[in-house]
Amino acid sequence: MAAKTLTIDGKPITAEEGATVLQAADEAGIRIPTLCHLDGVYDVGACRLCLVEVAGTPKLLPACTTKVAEGMDINTDSERLRKYRRMTLELLFAERNHVCSTCVANGHCELQTLGYSLGMDHVRYDYLFPKWSVDTTHRLFGMDHNRCILCTRCVRVCWHIEGAGTKNVAGRGTKSHIITDLNMPWGESDSCTQCGKCVQACPTGALFHKGSTTGEMERNRGKLEFIVTAREKKQWITPE
Amino acid sequence: MKVRLATVWFGGCSGCHMSFLDLDEFLLELVDLVEIVYSPVVDMKEYPENVDLCLIEGAICNADNLELLHKIRARTKVLVSFGDCAVTANVPAMRNQFGLGNAESVLQRAYIDSAHDNPRLPKEDGIVPPLLARVMPVHEVVHVEHFLPGCPPHAAHIKALVAQLLSGVEPKLEGKQIKFG
Repeated sequence: MAAKTLTIDGKPITAEEGATVLQAADEAGIRIPTLCHLDGVYDVGACRLCLVEVAGTPKLLPACTTKVAEGMDINTDSERLRKYRRMTLELLFAERNHVCSTCVANGHCELQTLGYSLGMDHVRYDYLFPKWSVDTTHRLFGMDHNRCILCTRCVRVCWHIEGAGTKNVAGRGTKSHIITDLNMPWGESDSCTQCGKCVQACPTGALFHKGSTTGEMERNRGKLEFIVTAREKKQWITPE
Repeated sequence: MKVRLATVWFGGCSGCHMSFLDLDEFLLELVDLVEIVYSPVVDMKEYPENVDLCLIEGAICNADNLELLHKIRARTKVLVSFGDCAVTANVPAMRNQFGLGNAESVLQRAYIDSAHDNPRLPKEDGIVPPLLARVMPVHEVVHVEHFLPGCPPHAAHIKALVAQLLSGVEPKLEGKQIKFG
């Protein structure tokens, strides 16, 4: 495959044609903040955390869905990008009811960790305090819509790693939410194989193992990586 | 001249003040640097004038909180939202999810539906402050200079912020010093 040469943060980089800016940066050891991206499933550019500046383009582009091109000049960190990333995070916090002190994922939450890394010590927007439910009808897992950021990682692992297609998105705007099958209680789903990949994929405390209490919900992403590597490369490697 | 320090306790569990007391020996250093002019831990009925620094614990939940907060802002140079309830409104704001009329519905649940004897809503003008329709973080009501999240904030982080404020440098919490929950 043809190689492309480009510049990321002033560093000359070579990347394979068809690679995303995120992959190219990652290989060069340049870390771009991400939230909806999950290794092993395709990217959707939903969260806008990985926005980067590309010389010659006035718009900011998501690194996870932008393909590398010859001669691209990319900037992954600037005052402007940090401003927008923090704004995006604050809007995510304001949109649902993220109460860290009572959350199963407190201390193991990617939303929280990103907030810290961007110096978010408060949210400047008024909280919406919407009314959302908690679905605990499943035998093993729970879904708390109050903590969901609609990254759709659960939908993507369900469709494209497990192939069950149980998780979906319904509604528009602030009414968008994750549903099970045709919007039925999770416990009544015929298609759910109870594999738990969605729970391993969730970046916040929205999906959890029943019985876990505040701060107890830790995830093992290695399991997803293991399955994807086994399927694509026929290598049964246990990740470290 | 000692810094005139106040601390105040709005809608919160007092955990942030407990964490403040966890400053241990730093409290002894503080005594030489500050005069505590108003606080749940000292007996002072009226919020004084000319306060330099006020740590605010808790969300703004009722009419008394709101009135005192405006008074505090008018009489204080620097306000710090102290802990998650002040910064995010946290657990006290969970009732906001029940929409308009949430104050009435939580009172109904607590004092009427769950009461064994003498179900009655607490109402005494001038004594029991009415609940606000919406619980708010402090900065939604008045301008706040600094934010110290945590449930409660760790004593080491309180020390870091207070020490920066007292030494006159622009306070900045970074990395692990910012912690929600």
